[in-house]
Amino acid sequence: MSSRVGESTRLKDEAGRRQNEQADMAATEPIVEMTDISIEFPGVKALQNVQLKLYPGEVHTLMGENGAGKSTLIKALTGVYKIDSGSILVSGGPRQFSGTADAQSAGISTVYQEVNLCDNLTVGENVMLGNEIRGAFGINWKKTHEAAHEALVGLGLGDLDPRQPLSSISLALQQLVAISRAMVAKSKVLILDEPTSSLDANEVEGLFAVMRRLRDQGVAILFVSHFLDQVYAISDRLTVLRNGEFVGEHLTRELGRSQLISLMIGKDFETLASLGSNRRRDARESGEQPFYSATDLGRKGSIEPVDIAVYPGEVVGLAGLLGSGRTELGRLMYGADRPDTGEVTIGGKSTEVHSPVAGLATKIAFSTENRRDEGIVGDLTVRENLILAVQARRGWARPLSKREQKELCDKYIVELNVRPSDPERPIKNLSGGNQQKVLLGRWLATNPQLLILDEPTRGIDIGAKAEIQEAIATLAEEGMSVVFISSELEEVVRLSERIVVLKDHRKIGEIINGPDIDADTIVDLIASDGADAAGVQAFEPEPAAFAAEGSIN
Amino acid sequence: MTSVIERPSAPQSPHTPSPVSRLKPNLETLPTLAAIVIFVGMIIYGEIAYGRILQFSTLSNLFINNAYLIILAVGLTFVILTGGVDLSVGAIIAISSLVGVMLANAGWNPFVVIVLMILIGSAFGAASGILIQYFNVQPFIATLAMMFLARGLASMLSTTPERLADESPIRTLSTEWKVIDGPKINDLVTTPNVIIAAVVVIIAFYILHKTRFGRTVYAIGGSEQSATLMGLPVVRTKLAIYIISGTLAGLAAVVYTSKLGIAQNITGVGWELDAIAAVIIGGTLLTGGAGFVLGSVIGALVLGLMNVLITRDGSIPPEATTIITGAILLVFVLLQRLVVSRKRKT
Repeated sequence: MSSRVGESTRLKDEAGRRQNEQADMAATEPIVEMTDISIEFPGVKALQNVQLKLYPGEVHTLMGENGAGKSTLIKALTGVYKIDSGSILVSGGPRQFSGTADAQSAGISTVYQEVNLCDNLTVGENVMLGNEIRGAFGINWKKTHEAAHEALVGLGLGDLDPRQPLSSISLALQQLVAISRAMVAKSKVLILDEPTSSLDANEVEGLFAVMRRLRDQGVAILFVSHFLDQVYAISDRLTVLRNGEFVGEHLTRELGRSQLISLMIGKDFETLASLGSNRRRDARESGEQPFYSATDLGRKGSIEPVDIAVYPGEVVGLAGLLGSGRTELGRLMYGADRPDTGEVTIGGKSTEVHSPVAGLATKIAFSTENRRDEGIVGDLTVRENLILAVQARRGWARPLSKREQKELCDKYIVELNVRPSDPERPIKNLSGGNQQKVLLGRWLATNPQLLILDEPTRGIDIGAKAEIQEAIATLAEEGMSVVFISSELEEVVRLSERIVVLKDHRKIGEIINGPDIDADTIVDLIASDGADAAGVQAFEPEPAAFAAEGSIN
Repeated sequence: MTSVIERPSAPQSPHTPSPVSRLKPNLETLPTLAAIVIFVGMIIYGEIAYGRILQFSTLSNLFINNAYLIILAVGLTFVILTGGVDLSVGAIIAISSLVGVMLANAGWNPFVVIVLMILIGSAFGAASGILIQYFNVQPFIATLAMMFLARGLASMLSTTPERLADESPIRTLSTEWKVIDGPKINDLVTTPNVIIAAVVVIIAFYILHKTRFGRTVYAIGGSEQSATLMGLPVVRTKLAIYIISGTLAGLAAVVYTSKLGIAQNITGVGWELDAIAAVIIGGTLLTGGAGFVLGSVIGALVLGLMNVLITRDGSIPPEATTIITGAILLVFVLLQRLVVSRKRKT
């Protein structure tokens, strides 16, 4: 169906051509048409003459690097940002919304990357919030729950009990609940802003099934994702943005992957291909002492005792499923959590790393996976975020001089290619990839000898990803020890010299990287271990749960 | 291109709620249930230790003496459910009751006086709400400012107790009606004030559980950002809850003044904290999003009963009352922490 819609769109321009079929007629008219949209923030042109057309019954992907203007365009459509010029037509008439609520009442619903629901309420209450069915005596809860159930059935979630608390279901299901809200509001346009970034492959498949179902019902879907596989699996049409400018609109099946990447980053992607290809030596053969080594390092309820060593100039990857204990191990090494077993030797000396301060003092730095909540301080500037760790190490009584601060900023902004390069901009206004670069710079500024990076490339675009990977490879070559944690196995394999594989909160093996090793090697190792699928599934912590625990500790 | 790690099997079907999730609603009501248990426990203990607790006259007086606190606690329940706080209610009682008594003594129509007393509360509540919502002031600071303002205005009006004439129609609100004529003085009595408090509680319960406004209050407490993004009228709702809280403080002033017949600029010092304590003891999370208005009623009664027991005991110095209140409060807050951490883990 989707391809037919695509073709009929083409035909639209041919004068006098009329389709007889009513459905096709409707499909040829875009439900949302944004023309020549420009938005300017103080000092930055966020969007310049951008076009976007959404058609009913079509999945339209918005592609672009971080900072290309995807989020800004979505916010322009939903009225969160005011447009400076251009026009927005919805169902043929000009509209300018005053905010999310206004857009929603006109049939344009948005589901954000971070699920925006209330986890103190039940599933059904969340689905119906603001649309509860009322009788003569206030809300009729029986009918409201029935309506919630109907909406869930519409997405193939009929088995979900609306009276269940929202907090008891997985993040993926919460995302679908958020979508079902849009269906209750009878939305004609559904915007999904990076809905897949915290879902695993099966969950993504579930989401796509729902998206296809909605598309077939005639909903126009605007989809944002960084995963090319996903884009090609689901979308019918895509619009590419770069640096706030419109690059082009294409039918997905007519555009190859490398073409698409070139369009996005505006250059060939040799940068990616050449990465890390020569990082295939075993640091242990050089006869050096490991910088960091631990035996029986463990913490009850978090990870079973593990032996791990990291040599100077070596990248050790931690691979495993979400919840396998890879983050926990990283936190133990840094001292963010207090280990209750194990002996740690750093630089040849027996040491105890029981707190982040101790970690910093022993030249260990840890960059969190939870960039937004535990990483950046959103209201502070790039400069202030960058110097945070150095300043903390020096103590607040001895502030860095303006000159030292400037030197640090200039150094890392250039080295890591932070864009925009203005150190006085609040960091929350930077894209995810650039925030990550600043965080990396923050830890590098402390001159660590062991850098622990937890998901440094999650949710950032392919260009920034390449830059960060490159930076890691360079650092290792200069002699730094790196522990690299990522759920993208290709990335782990590409960068690491040794890979520690974790499963169910214990170490199940260690792989020395070499020409024969690829992502499948790791998958096989995990799959063959115990082969107890049920066990893995039973433990299913969500990123949010980790964040919560972190803040308690 | 990028293969994200797959889980061995689809986690797509937690359709049969686990036993843990079935327990969850109970976890939420646990603090309120605990408050009820403690209340009943206090009654039983008092009856055994001192006698004459579990009888009509004592229980009637408990409601009559604490009607104003129940009304205040209901108002604060709304505010605390959204994660906010209102420190101005005690001072509002001072200014509202002073103005009321002075105008009544000056010969104003009592109905006009009562309406005016309530509206004074609404005005302060609206001012707090506007500061919080449009000037982005923390609820703590905004209502603190209103507290100082109201207390200061009251002190400017008068620093000596103002007596309401005994024959003033306002005092009829505290007329005691015998419902059951028991032996000796053991009668079940009620006053219009108690009925006003009961009506307030019922309306508040209805609003919180049966209207979209009420659900928005809970949603804001769960996550204000989510509520905004879900398109709920967050601004309007937050403004409204501070007006509700102020209005109920004005009403509490009417109830209190009619009962005591005296108004003074130092009336109600610290009552906002009593009301907050009642709400917390009643099981409402201080961070918002969970709690029940009926719990706050129990909380107010626990505080009231505690005073009765201390008086009856005689050996506990009245000065120690606040220590005991503090201890009870601490126990409940710890209980809440336990519940919250249990929820996080599941």
